[in-house]
This record gives sequence, C-alpha cells and structure tokens, in this order.
Amino acid sequence: MTLRDLTLAEMRDGLKAKKFSATELAKEHLDEIEKTNAHYNAFITITREHALAQAAQSDAKLAKGAGGAIEGVPIGVKDLFCTKGVLTTAASHILDGFKPQYESTITTKLWNEGGVMLGKVNLDEFAMGSGNLTSFYGHVKSPWEKDGKALVPGGSSGGSASAVAARLAPVALGTDTGGSIRQPAAFCGITGIKPTYGRCSRFGIVAFASSLDQAGPIARNVRDCAIMLNVMCGYDPKDSTSANLAVPDFEKALTGNIKGKKIGIPKEYRPDGIDPEINAMWDKGIELLKSLGAEVVDISLPHTSYALATYYVIAPAECSSNLARYDGVRYGLRVTPEGGGLTDMYEATRAAGFGAEVKRRIMIGTYVLSAGYYDAYYKKAQRVRWLIAEDFRQAFEKVDAILTPTAPSAPFGFDYKPSNPVEMYLNDVFTVPTSLAGLPGISIPGGLNKDGLPLGLQLIGKAFDEETVLGVAYALEQAIGFTAKPQKLAGAAA
Amino acid sequence: MTQLIKGNTGDWEIVIGLEVHAQISTHSKLFSGASITFGQEPNMNVSFIDAGMPGMLPVINEKAIEQAVRTGLAIGAQINLKSVFDRKNYFYADLPQGYQISQFLDPIVGKGEIILDMPEGQKKVGVTRIHMEQDAGKSLHEYNPKYSYIDLNRAGVALMEIVSEPDMRSADEAAAYIKKLRSILRYIGSCDGDMDKGNLRADANVSVRKPGGPLGTRCEIKNVNSVRFLHKAIEFEAMRQVEIIESGGTIDQETRLFDSTKGETRTMRSKEDAHDYRYFPDPDLLPLEITQEYVDAIRASLPELPDEKKQRYIDTFGLSPYDAGVIVAEQEYASYYEALVKVAEPKLAANWMTSELFGRLNKLGVELQDSPIGASAFAELLALITNNTISGKIAKDVLDKMFATGKSASVIVEEEGLQQVTDTGAIEKVIDEVIAANPDKVAEYKGGKDKLFAFFVGQVMKASGGKANPAAVNDLLKQKLS
Repeated sequence: MTLRDLTLAEMRDGLKAKKFSATELAKEHLDEIEKTNAHYNAFITITREHALAQAAQSDAKLAKGAGGAIEGVPIGVKDLFCTKGVLTTAASHILDGFKPQYESTITTKLWNEGGVMLGKVNLDEFAMGSGNLTSFYGHVKSPWEKDGKALVPGGSSGGSASAVAARLAPVALGTDTGGSIRQPAAFCGITGIKPTYGRCSRFGIVAFASSLDQAGPIARNVRDCAIMLNVMCGYDPKDSTSANLAVPDFEKALTGNIKGKKIGIPKEYRPDGIDPEINAMWDKGIELLKSLGAEVVDISLPHTSYALATYYVIAPAECSSNLARYDGVRYGLRVTPEGGGLTDMYEATRAAGFGAEVKRRIMIGTYVLSAGYYDAYYKKAQRVRWLIAEDFRQAFEKVDAILTPTAPSAPFGFDYKPSNPVEMYLNDVFTVPTSLAGLPGISIPGGLNKDGLPLGLQLIGKAFDEETVLGVAYALEQAIGFTAKPQKLAGAAA
Repeated sequence: MTQLIKGNTGDWEIVIGLEVHAQISTHSKLFSGASITFGQEPNMNVSFIDAGMPGMLPVINEKAIEQAVRTGLAIGAQINLKSVFDRKNYFYADLPQGYQISQFLDPIVGKGEIILDMPEGQKKVGVTRIHMEQDAGKSLHEYNPKYSYIDLNRAGVALMEIVSEPDMRSADEAAAYIKKLRSILRYIGSCDGDMDKGNLRADANVSVRKPGGPLGTRCEIKNVNSVRFLHKAIEFEAMRQVEIIESGGTIDQETRLFDSTKGETRTMRSKEDAHDYRYFPDPDLLPLEITQEYVDAIRASLPELPDEKKQRYIDTFGLSPYDAGVIVAEQEYASYYEALVKVAEPKLAANWMTSELFGRLNKLGVELQDSPIGASAFAELLALITNNTISGKIAKDVLDKMFATGKSASVIVEEEGLQQVTDTGAIEKVIDEVIAANPDKVAEYKGGKDKLFAFFVGQVMKASGGKANPAAVNDLLKQKLS
C-alpha cells in the first residue's frame, strides 16, 4: 500500500488532515510515472516542475487550513486539453511543438480548486480510436494483462484510463465523443463518466466532433468521479453550447439508497453473437439492482441498431471541418515542398501530419457533406439522431436510469487485427447511442471474465440528471464490491 | 429604365442582381471580442478565436444581431425569429478555421424591397435575403517574392450579405440601388457605407437576354468597391456578353474580376473550379432564436427613413421629388436642410442648397459635413434673400465671398453696401436718367417694340449696381414708359 493506492477522496481528506503533503503526493506519483512510462507510455509530457510548483502552493494553502475542493490532488490531463505554455499535441504529429497561450476552461477550474497537473496523457490521435492505437506518440499499454502480455487500455482516453488503473494518478481528465471515457474505463477496470452534453465547457479542448465532444473524469470509483464533476461542471459564456444551469453537489447524490428507482433494461443491447460473458455480467448487475430494491423494467430503444452508422456519418462530418485549421500556416507542423505553392504546403503538411485513421475520417466526413451526398448521408443521419434521442426520451418517461454493458467485449491485445476499420468501430456500439442523444453515462467495473479481465457496466440517465446516474452507480458499485487489481500491479507487488 | 444594348441581331436587355457585403457597425468581431478598428498594424486585432487556434469557440456578438434586424426592418423585410449559422468550408491561407461561419439555408432576414428614384419614376428592387457572416483575412503578396504574408485584422469581422433579386435592368439602376442601400444603412447606423475602406462592396451578377426572353447565363463580378466601378463593370460585362453571343459563342457561367485600371472584367474562376463548400450547421453554435418583442423594440427605435423623410418634404415643404430625393440621400444633408427651413422659405432653401451650395462644395471637393459654411451661416444668407435685403443675384456673389473670407453674409452685405434698394424715390431717379440718356430707344418702345423693356430693366439694374429691387424697377419703368 502506497499513497498512490489512495482514492481521490482519501487523498483530499488525508491532505486536509496533514497526514501527508501535496508535495510528497506529487513526488511519489511523478517518480512512478518516470519509472514506468517507458512501459505504459501513458504520458506524452510529464510536467514535474509544474506539478511541484502547484503542489508547493497547495501545501502553503493547506498549512493555513485553506484550499479548494481538490487542493493538492494530482491529476493527469488528456492531451486534448489546451494547457498554457505546456505542449499540447492531441497525440498528433500535426501539432508538433504547439504550446497554447491559453488554458482550457476545465483545466482552469481544476487549478483554481487546487488540482496538481502531473502531465499530459496519451490518447488516440485527435481522440479518434477505441484502443489508443492511433497516437503519433505510440500505443498505450494497460496494466491489465493476458498470458503475461499487455492489453490495450481502450480509447480514445487510453492514457487517462491506463494511468488511473496503474496508480500513476488517482484521477485523469478524459473526453468522450462516442465512448472515449466509458470504454477505456471499462477496459481498465475503473470508473469514468461522460456528463450531459453542455455540462462541461468545451472551451480550450481540441475539437473532434463538436456536437458530441464532452469532458469527464476517469477515476477509481464513483465518489471520485462525483468530486471531479463538482469542480468541472458549470456554465461557460465562452462555449455557446454550454448549459446555463445550476450544478448540484454530486457527492450528496451518493446515498446508497436506490429503493424504488426504476431501471430500464433495453432489449436491443443483446445483439446476436455477443460474448456470453458480457450478457452474464449484465444479468448479474440486474440481479444486484433488484436486491437493492430497484425496480427493473424491460424497455425498447428501437433505433439502437442505426446508432453506429449515424455516429460514423456525423462525427467524421464535423471532424472534417474541425480539422481544416491544421494547415501549416499558423502553428504546428509545416512541410513546404521545394518550389511548391500554398496548396502543395497544405497537402504535404496534412499528409505528413495526420495518421491513417484521422485521414480516413476526414475523407468520410468530406464525402458525406459533399454536394449531392449531403441529403443522403449527413441530413439523414441528423434525422436518425433525432429518432435515437426520441427513443431515450420515451424510455425515460418510464424509468429513472438505464443499465447496459459498456462495451461488447473484454479488452484485447495488441495482436488483435481487425479485418476492417468498422470492426474496430463496433467497440462503441453500446456507448454511441448515449453520445448521439447527449445523455450522461457512466461506466463502472461489473466484474472479471474467465481470463480475469475487467468488464464494464454502463448506467445512462436523463439529460442533466447526473445525480441519479451517480446515485445508482454508487449503490451498484458497493453491491458489486469490485476489488480486483490489474495483473501488472499484482506482479509488481509480488 | 431598361437600358437596351443595340446589337447586330437587335436589342439586348441587361439583367442584374447584386450581392452587397456590408460591414456591420459593431465594436468587436462577429464571434470574438477582438477590436475592428480600421488601419491598425497587421495582426493587431486578432484573438485566439480569429486565428483559428485549437479549442477556440465562437460566441455571437449581440450587437451584430441587432444591426442585422435593424437593417431588415428598414427595408420592410421579414425577420426570421429562428436562424442558423452554417460553416462554409474551403481552404485558404487567410481563412484560419478552414471555414467561414455564415448563414446559408436559414438567414436572419427574408424578403424585403428597396425603392429607387429613377429619372422616369420609381422602381422597386426586391431583396431576397440578408444574412450575417464572417469576413476573411487578407493575403499580402507584395512584400516578398517568395512568400505571402497574412493579415488577420479583418478575419471574423461581422458582415451582412444583402442579396437582391435580379430586378435591375441597367447600370444606372444598379448604381442607384447601391446608393439607396448605402443611404438606408447609414440612416440606421448598421454600416458606415465607407466603400474606400471596403466596408461596403458588391458582387454583381450580370446576364443579357432578348427583351422579355428567358434569362441568359450569368457571370458574377466579384468585389467591386465603388459605384463608378460598378457602373463601368456592368456596362463592360454586358457588352462583352452580347458580342460573344452575337458572334455565335455561348456564355460560360463563371466568376470574374473587374480591373479598374483597364476598365474590363476578366475570368477569376470557371464553374468547374467552383468550390464545393460543404455547408452544414455549425455545431459550435446553437440556432439563433430571437423574440418578436425584441424585434418590435428595435422597430420602435428606428429613425425616420429616407423614403419617409422624402415624402414628408414633398408634403409639408412642397419640394419636387427630385430635390427631396437629393436632400434625404444623406442624413447630414437632411439635418442641414431642416436647420435652414427654420428661417428660410423651404423651396428657396432646397434650390439654394442643392444647386448653389452643393455646386461650390463639389468644386472644392468637400462633403457637406466638412463645409466651411455651416447651416446657420447659410440660413442667414437665405434670410437676406427672403426679406428682400439682397437679390438672388447679389446673394450668389455674397456666397462666393463667404467661401473666400469666412465672413458672415450680413457682415459682407453691410461692409460692401449691397443692401437692395427698395426706396422708390432713388429708383425713380435712376430710371429718369436712363430714359433721358436713351431717347431713341424710348421712341422705339413707344412705337410698339415691347422687347426693349428688358433693355431698360437691364440699364437700370446696371446703373444701380444690381442693388435695385427688381420688382420695384419693373413697376416704376412700366409707369414711366407708358
């Protein structure tokens, strides 16, 4: 047991009680990150100086009995959040050397409340991917292993999930566009929540798909997620899609009492051919909810099967436009072919700067927005998106929350070679509908499969009702009592 | 009036539609807080948003919305309570985001109209729509043979695109449209109309057809930045198209540039090279929703508009539609005029202002707001005419002296003794002298040569140094010669 095994809540309370200092806490994490990063590759940039300076400030405040909600707590920041003066890459070659002169709203809130930045964590390039396999800075390894071999941490917030699971940070910032917080949380046996679209400001987050992108925390339990959300959520006049709503105290929603809560079980989330262990884990979750006094209700979300196709029209369409600004003119990579003009510079810069998956999505997006194809693809996808949201709206007239598996499979290894890109996209099949509807969703560990690998359970709530999502997740988390540690950590301890 | 081109195969009619880009008068850009002050050093008015930095988000400038609604109301247009901002995607070095935020399918203002006063009467030109959009930056190619430089001061500045129906039939009508539109924009303060600074510029869609026939293929002439150039560009382009068609060719739909030094248009890009802009609703911005109460409040705050003011001048001051039109064209003219009519006779004031004053200002190349003769000084001169202190002829000399010396009209009249002579005794004395000096002419006149009366008037006026009251001279001469 080290300081790194403590949860965020335990660190917060321990710091207040002066059981240890923010500087000790930061140093212990930084030392471990530096020692293990060659293996995990969870961090693109380690900000030791920065962290120690923040920790010293926290210690000064804590000594006076002052400080914010997470004073002195170390945090990993997904490298999609712009951090002033600190390299911000989006895990892409095209942002080479980019140090923003501004700070994202979310990270600003964290530092205002005493958070300590350990570094910038790895991700799929521009958050496009489900295995952290597309980063220009290399794959990230999960601390979970099969037959002694590391597995993927999931994606796109793979660095965040790996770091939190490997006890390199108690909590990390993630972003979720189609499942990028929930799926890696499931793969790494930890907890991650995507709040309602509009809860967290997108200002200063490198955009992938603006109508879907949403920030959220990845932590080791529901309470830590609630504490982080308390700091992160809130209206931001700098983001026109941010919701001007009061933010409740999410930690207060963790009562453990869910008696009489109605939980929907959508029949469409048992597709043919799915891993039976996923269904078994889900069924176990359903039984536990019943035992906690919740009322389980069978529901239907009839347009679920169209969600993935809809998502893979809308997200690439927005990305094709959002990524147009990476042109070599103002920042990041610039490749200028000898004797070439502006168009040559664009082509060479973008050819060298973007990886294959990003290019694929830019091309799909450009295609679906093109004259003659717009109505058949983009416009139709927008209509189906509305139908999917309507499915949820109707379901939530009958239930308080919905329980589903987070991902259709257990984490896979680096030797897994999908036969085509769509096979990889299928990882998001259970998380994408929530994203399209803009609803809050959390993934908590549901148990281990026969290989000892973690499987995730997803709870989905009504728009802006993170309290119910967190409350039910907390009760279920207590009932499941998941304590398994990743093989890599068990091995290290042995 | 339809201006027909005489071709070898008969008459051709010109069909013109205009897309006017007007910079919305605001303090900051359409989606960022950066200043829009003109004439700054390059890249001084640039926020992280304007520069397309990663993670930056647009936030709508409420003043721009208000100005667009004001403009729509001023042309009697439909105001759309819900409008949508779209992204127009294309790559260019002075377009940092790689897209322009514009309104494509759902603009804030719908159909309206603008009334033109043409010599042959009124002409109504339909306005299809007004939408808001961002301006692009500027590429500077002249500083380095190898590289271009980019100035983003204009990037993100708020524009209104005001799109007309293809209702105009001559370059004169197109010029009148721009002038009238500019006048309205300046009245309501939604655009300063400064074409020299590029704050108002027009794209002209021009085609030709046999009168009343089906529409021809159009060419779009981009970014014309003066009324004179617009006139020239349209006339050149229409002639070019007629010559091509009459020599057996066809018109290619294309975008053309007007070269003001050569006075001609030339190909900028053909239809094949046209961008596919991949418009789609900007997911960073929610649909723009405004309330009817908001629109009504803006409507209540509108000033008297040029057409209303013109009608009032015709009705209450008895001005001709032409004079009224000239005076209301600029708000400064109208307020100058209204200061004059407080002391001077309205029609006299209109005549003197539009001919004598504007004539002299034109020669000096000075705008009315910079006139050395202010409204009160000019009104004093007019009062001297109205109360018969000086004649109109003398008044013109006095006005010249006012321009030359800066002295007031009454001081000049006093110093130079120019007061009109209305004393009949003094005038009679002069008349007697003239009659005595011209006995033969008197005989001829009495013998029936009536035309000689003017000769006697002239002689009397000359002898009085122009100061004799012309009406008194007429009356007394008639008595003496009868």
